[in-house]
Amino acid sequence: MDIAKLEFLRGTLDVLILKALVWGPLHGYAVTKFIRRLSDDVLLLEEGTLYPALWRLESKGLVDAEWGLSENNRRAKFYRLTAVGRRQLRHEVRTWEAYAAAVAKVLGATQPLVPEKIA
Amino acid sequence: MTPTPIWRRYARMFGPDPAADVKEELSFHLQAKVDDLVAHGWQPQAARDEAERQFGDLHAVQNIGIRMGEKMERNKRLGDYWTDSLHDVRYTFRTLRRDPGFAAISVLILALAIGANIAVFSVVNTLLLRPLPFPDSRQLVWIAPPPTACGLSCATYSADAYEEFREQSRVYQGVTGYMAFSTPDNMRFTGRGEPEPATSFEVIGDFFQVLGVQPAMGRLFTQDESRGSHPIALLSNAYWRRQFASDPSIVGKAVELDGTPVTIVGVLPDSFDFGAVFSPGAKVDLFTPLDLNQERDWGNIVTLIGRLKPGATVAQALDDANRVAPNLYFNVKYPQTLGRYKGGLIPVPLKDYVTGKLRQSLIALWCAVGTILLIAGVNLSNLLLARAVARAKEFAVRGALGASRGRIVRQLLMESLVLSSAGGALGLGLALMLIGWLAHQGSVALPLLSSLRIDGQTLAWTILVAVFTAMLFGLLPGLRIAGGNLQEMLKDSGPGAGMGRKHERVRAGLVVFEVALACVLLVSAGLLLRSFVKVLDVDLGFQPDRAASIKVEYDDSAPTEEARQSKRGEIFQQVIARVSALPGVEAVGISDYLPLGPNREWDTPVPQGKIFSPGDLPDPLVYVITPGFIRAMGIHIRGRDFTWADGPHSERVVLINASAARVYWPGEDAVGKILMRDKEENHVVGVVDDVHEETVEGGTGSQIYYPAMQQGPSGAQLVIRTSLPPATLAASVLRALRELNPNQPAAEFRPIQTIVDRAVSPRRFFMLLVAAFAGLGLLLAALGIYGVISYSVTRQAQAIGIRMALGATAGHVQRQVLAGTLRLAFAGMALGTLLALAVAKLISSLLFATSSWDLPTYLGMALALLLVAALSGYIPARRASGVNPMEVLRSN
Repeated sequence: MDIAKLEFLRGTLDVLILKALVWGPLHGYAVTKFIRRLSDDVLLLEEGTLYPALWRLESKGLVDAEWGLSENNRRAKFYRLTAVGRRQLRHEVRTWEAYAAAVAKVLGATQPLVPEKIA
Repeated sequence: MTPTPIWRRYARMFGPDPAADVKEELSFHLQAKVDDLVAHGWQPQAARDEAERQFGDLHAVQNIGIRMGEKMERNKRLGDYWTDSLHDVRYTFRTLRRDPGFAAISVLILALAIGANIAVFSVVNTLLLRPLPFPDSRQLVWIAPPPTACGLSCATYSADAYEEFREQSRVYQGVTGYMAFSTPDNMRFTGRGEPEPATSFEVIGDFFQVLGVQPAMGRLFTQDESRGSHPIALLSNAYWRRQFASDPSIVGKAVELDGTPVTIVGVLPDSFDFGAVFSPGAKVDLFTPLDLNQERDWGNIVTLIGRLKPGATVAQALDDANRVAPNLYFNVKYPQTLGRYKGGLIPVPLKDYVTGKLRQSLIALWCAVGTILLIAGVNLSNLLLARAVARAKEFAVRGALGASRGRIVRQLLMESLVLSSAGGALGLGLALMLIGWLAHQGSVALPLLSSLRIDGQTLAWTILVAVFTAMLFGLLPGLRIAGGNLQEMLKDSGPGAGMGRKHERVRAGLVVFEVALACVLLVSAGLLLRSFVKVLDVDLGFQPDRAASIKVEYDDSAPTEEARQSKRGEIFQQVIARVSALPGVEAVGISDYLPLGPNREWDTPVPQGKIFSPGDLPDPLVYVITPGFIRAMGIHIRGRDFTWADGPHSERVVLINASAARVYWPGEDAVGKILMRDKEENHVVGVVDDVHEETVEGGTGSQIYYPAMQQGPSGAQLVIRTSLPPATLAASVLRALRELNPNQPAAEFRPIQTIVDRAVSPRRFFMLLVAAFAGLGLLLAALGIYGVISYSVTRQAQAIGIRMALGATAGHVQRQVLAGTLRLAFAGMALGTLLALAVAKLISSLLFATSSWDLPTYLGMALALLLVAALSGYIPARRASGVNPMEVLRSN
């Protein structure tokens, strides 16, 4: 993956993680699986990069962490969305959609701009 | 997610471990990945390699995790601490609201103690700690001989000596000085309307430059302007505002002073207060350049102030002065005066000169307020301990519910911190009022008092004192409570149990300590009070009560000295006759000098026919007086007073004081003897009692009185002795003077008593403060005794009830309670007396004619303490004897 793509990823990783947690607490590995699956392996290259992002979200209070047992009975750290995190996610999604729509509109242009008349 | 089962919850039993958490989290990730891959048919070893490859840089991620984890842990601890503290504060306010009486008393006690501390600190800070209000003030030195019996006259230098010293010294950037013998109201401002008195100081040209004072307007004097007469003046800021209504264009204008036009060249800044530094209690209105040429033959008149070169030390200055001193003439016209100042030029830091004498008093004062703080702290500790016992159950329950000891101690400390902060805030208010009042005590002759204020340092001190006090009185009850056995406290249902008794012993110990401290304060205050009374009892040699003085203007200008003398005699005779005729006036006289003023000496008269080696004869203090002055001042005389017949043409007559008579003619009667001043015979016609000069507490030296008709006085103070209160005469005296001389300014009509009051004002100031602190200490000690006795009565109510049921009388019960009280008081007094003896030794240099073992003081202290103790024990004793046995027995 080239550098531009990586930078792009860093900004969106946070919101992907928050999204992954919407349906309930998950451990880090489950979050990676979620993102990997739904993005058809496009968005996550190195799984390690996920963890600093998770911890950053934890220190900002967007997610809460708690130790629990995984499906095969191993001790795992589970992350859960906080109320703040949920709000943040809604906000990010809205921003993202507006942004994506704007970009799509520009990229979908079919003819050059006609000079407007000055009223 | 399944919650962790209970047996796996002890992984972090010994506190959080972020590093282990991170490692565990990441290894879980890898393991889960490997499991997944194996499930998809990978070989285990290949699966592990693939998992690590997909993960990326495991090590780097782990390090980031550990760092972030530690930071989060720190923040969490800090957050917890704040949350807990906020919780403590809320809890404290709730507890205090439940007991407003306790809260009010504690805050009040603390406010008084802390307020006193702040006020005294700001005095100490202003007078001792803060540098003088001049730039680089540490370079400034005051140059004077070692302190001797004679006052300003030997602390000053002649114009010639000043110039030579300035010329030859190598360590100074500048040497300057001022005319030491300026008196209040020595000028008349005659510009407009009625003439008004003004106080002017003559200073050497570069006086302000050496001090580093910049003019607020206009310019300063130049060094050249102290040679030859220059009719110019600088105004003090206060005078400029008062007299000239802050006229912004005053510079360059001419005003009329003493009938001659004088040009105002500048206005000094508000921050410069000459009186506050050099002449405590005096207000100075304007400054004029000192004409060194004119003053050359006047003897020792200028003080010396030097500014050292950067880096030069006072010790170097002393060496330099010792080198220069032998080359100085008193007067270059007389070669025999060479070397007169040998050993007489000692530079000391200006700060030491200004406040050095007060150092000990101030330190004593500081210790006194420190003691007050200690007493207040012990008292509070006691109150809190009593409360803590009552709240033992609350703490036991909290402890049982999981609060750690540290947490409970913290809660108690928080309570004391809240109390002492409130006390500190209130105390700051009290101190502000006290300081505001002190700063305007112009009648207290203490330097720098007017610059008293609350500054950053004082605020810092306030916070320090408040926190220290909180620790002082919060820690002991906290530790005692936290150290107690929780189970025992929980079981301890009644106030009769063991825990209570143990606390009571601690509290009794505290009270004994408190009484002992109060004892020390009382003894110190008592000794200072005794000294003050002794000072007031000093026979001043004159009767200050029912006498007053006013400065009289006169014009004796005439072509010859003799004509001036006879003209002056006539004017004075007229004034005295006119004022004598006023109703209520008993005696009137004029002198150019009043007692307790700055010293001045002229020359060294020699008794006729006797030979003294040089230096054995004193330079007597000079008074130039008219007939009647001796009687008006109430000075006792043997021989005769001057009469109006002692004029310019009759034989020269003088009066001397008893000290002088003893030096000149020991064992003989001085009346009728002759004193020689060079070739001139002076007949001693009378001997008067010694009159205190300069200070009330110091001794007296030789004094000589000349008649105003034979010598030139340097002004005229009319002294009036009356049978009425002096103030009632003020208007009629001024009217009489105005009739004779329309130029007479509205000078202050000053009761002689105020001169004495002013002289003893520093001592009165310190004595009053220490006495107030002692009173406060006594009150606090009484409160402490009352608290302990009252509590023990409550605790023993049942026992008392039983005893009374068995036949003990009310009187019996009362006696027993009182005996307990007095036991505490006696223990405290025994300890206190020992402490006081040590302390009294330390303050012995502040005492006047009072031994530090002064028995009446100690007895008085004991009596006062016993009375107060008995009183504070009596109230609970009354309550104890009023116990109704049946009620008490039934209640349990």
